[in-house]
Amino acid sequence: MTDISSGSLLLTTTDKVRASLAKRHRKQRILQGFGIAAISIAFLMLFILLWSQIATGYKAFMQTNITLDIYVDPAEINVDRLPRGDFDDVLTAALLEKLPNVDATDRAAVREASGIFSNGAQFDLRDRIVEDPSLIGQTINMRMPVSDPYDQLYKELLDRETPEELRRLNDLQIANYDQLLDAGAITSKLNTGLITNADSRFPELAGLKGALLGSFWALLVCFLIAFPLGIGAAVYLEEFAPKNKISDFIEVNINNLAAVPSVVFGLLALSVFIGLFGLPRSVPFVGGLTLALMTMPTIIIATRAALKAVPPSIREAALGVGASKQQVVFGHVVPLAMPGILTGTIIGLAQALGETAPLLLIGMNAFITSAPGSPFDSATALPTQIFIWADSPERGFVSRTSAAILVLLTFLIMMNAIAIYLRSKFERKW
Amino acid sequence: MDDLRTVSKDVDANNTKISAKNVQVYYGDTHAIKDVNVEIKERTVTAFIGPSGCGKSTFLRSINRMNDTIDICRVEGDILIDGKDIYDRDIDPVQLRARVGMVFQKPNPFPKSIYDNIAYGPKIHGLAKSKADMDEIVEKSLRRGAIWNEVKDRLHAPGTGLSGGQQQRLCIARAIATEPEVLLMDEPCSALDPIATSQVEELIDQLRENYTVVIVTHSMQQAARVSQKTAFFHLGNLVEYGSTDDIFTNPKDPRTESYISGRIG
Repeated sequence: MTDISSGSLLLTTTDKVRASLAKRHRKQRILQGFGIAAISIAFLMLFILLWSQIATGYKAFMQTNITLDIYVDPAEINVDRLPRGDFDDVLTAALLEKLPNVDATDRAAVREASGIFSNGAQFDLRDRIVEDPSLIGQTINMRMPVSDPYDQLYKELLDRETPEELRRLNDLQIANYDQLLDAGAITSKLNTGLITNADSRFPELAGLKGALLGSFWALLVCFLIAFPLGIGAAVYLEEFAPKNKISDFIEVNINNLAAVPSVVFGLLALSVFIGLFGLPRSVPFVGGLTLALMTMPTIIIATRAALKAVPPSIREAALGVGASKQQVVFGHVVPLAMPGILTGTIIGLAQALGETAPLLLIGMNAFITSAPGSPFDSATALPTQIFIWADSPERGFVSRTSAAILVLLTFLIMMNAIAIYLRSKFERKW
Repeated sequence: MDDLRTVSKDVDANNTKISAKNVQVYYGDTHAIKDVNVEIKERTVTAFIGPSGCGKSTFLRSINRMNDTIDICRVEGDILIDGKDIYDRDIDPVQLRARVGMVFQKPNPFPKSIYDNIAYGPKIHGLAKSKADMDEIVEKSLRRGAIWNEVKDRLHAPGTGLSGGQQQRLCIARAIATEPEVLLMDEPCSALDPIATSQVEELIDQLRENYTVVIVTHSMQQAARVSQKTAFFHLGNLVEYGSTDDIFTNPKDPRTESYISGRIG
């Protein structure tokens, strides 16, 4: 079309096209601009979310500890009376040794000073001595988490400039703290307790172990139920079911099921699993059943899409050499659809991992201080633990809530990364 | 063409392998094949030609009951192979398809190794007793598919990695691995370049020694080159059927003549 100049009619057409071209290019630029703006806003939102959680949450990944040489006084702790004994007195004595300014006879001053110990400290000491009674009469070096206000003070979340009556620590307590800090007794370490401890009323002792295991058991139950049932239903509907009004009706309802609000599934689980079947409350098994109800439609829809995406030429090839319908489906179609099925399943499980409302309704937001050993032990899950912590008044739970959110997000990102990896690894060219 | 004439004389002496009697095929309300009667000879290449949508592929797919997989498709009348109606109740389409192999328009190897592509059919039908048996079947099939020399060193490479023409010959080898009596080919060269096409055509000519081949083709030249018998379909009707030589040089029906000379289609 380069020698277009030969006809005047053609020339006018070219001119017309050229005239409209500028307008078309402008429209395209505007469309692209909108696209870039939309993506920028989406990224900004994501950034705000992550930044706000990291900014408040990162401090919870460190824990302030106090390290003391403790003389396990046989006068206070008698080997015959274990596990009873005045462990708190032993701790206080060790503390006062570091704080010569505090008058040991001034009961009020001593009580204020010993507030630096976490409530769990005396039990940690007790456990250690019960395990090894020969420690009685010896001096042991022990590192313990400090109580929440001192932790906040170390992390500079507690403002020294606040008037004393509005502060959680008075001037004397701060002076004691500074003295201990100068003596090198106060240190900050990676807060492994966040993962290895179960929940506690005291923020410095509270951890996610119970919630992590609760989520793990619930997801395991959910997977074991939803995966085979979802694939079974999808394979039947896609490959074997006759296409008639009944299968249309089922299809519409499965799509609707995927859109049912999760709280409804929670109510259903409460009335059926707990009310009718009499299963225990707050256990991951029931949580998993509930999540399976929600995940199944997702898996069915993803599986059907993956089965549909297997090219008909593969089915014809298998049928053509005399494979039966069942051999075609399970020998060729399902294996080829597996990457898509797995991707859909992982995305469904990731959704289930973040699901809160149904778990609240079946009581997985109880206060439970031990980690579950099986799906039938009471437990919380990650999102419900976040819910509990977000509801707690102690200052220390604010950063822990964010830390828990970050842990949850990490798991979600990992699961999605696995899904993407599987999809790209098994992607086939036909 | 002289060559062809001698071939067609041979063919007329052959027995009838497939015989269709008053075959009607419906897709829902559409009457796709109207009253087709045809006798396809044993060890012959029979070409189905005709314009797009004339029903030649539909009729081909009725011969191994591939149309069964389409819910709205209905076949009436009788199709007999060796005198036995393949739409009889006691005929299992799975067993039928082991006897009547099929090669499709687009090469469609399984996304598995070359070896597994060939071995799949014999495996599901239990044709090989041992690994050695299977190796033998695979080699024989690949040799008959005229692709052995090209792939013998990479039998465990994926079949999808071959070129288009090689993939199609692999699919032909896969179809003959189950020792079928009839081989149906649905435009087997339409996705191939001219060199690959000539290789596949050469192969089709060799296959005539052992198999009854029915080939659907868009290309009249191809029909003239590879077939001994030709059937011309138009709007669901079998217009004319005879030796390829006669159809191309001396068509009886005016529609055949129009199509051959390029006026319709």
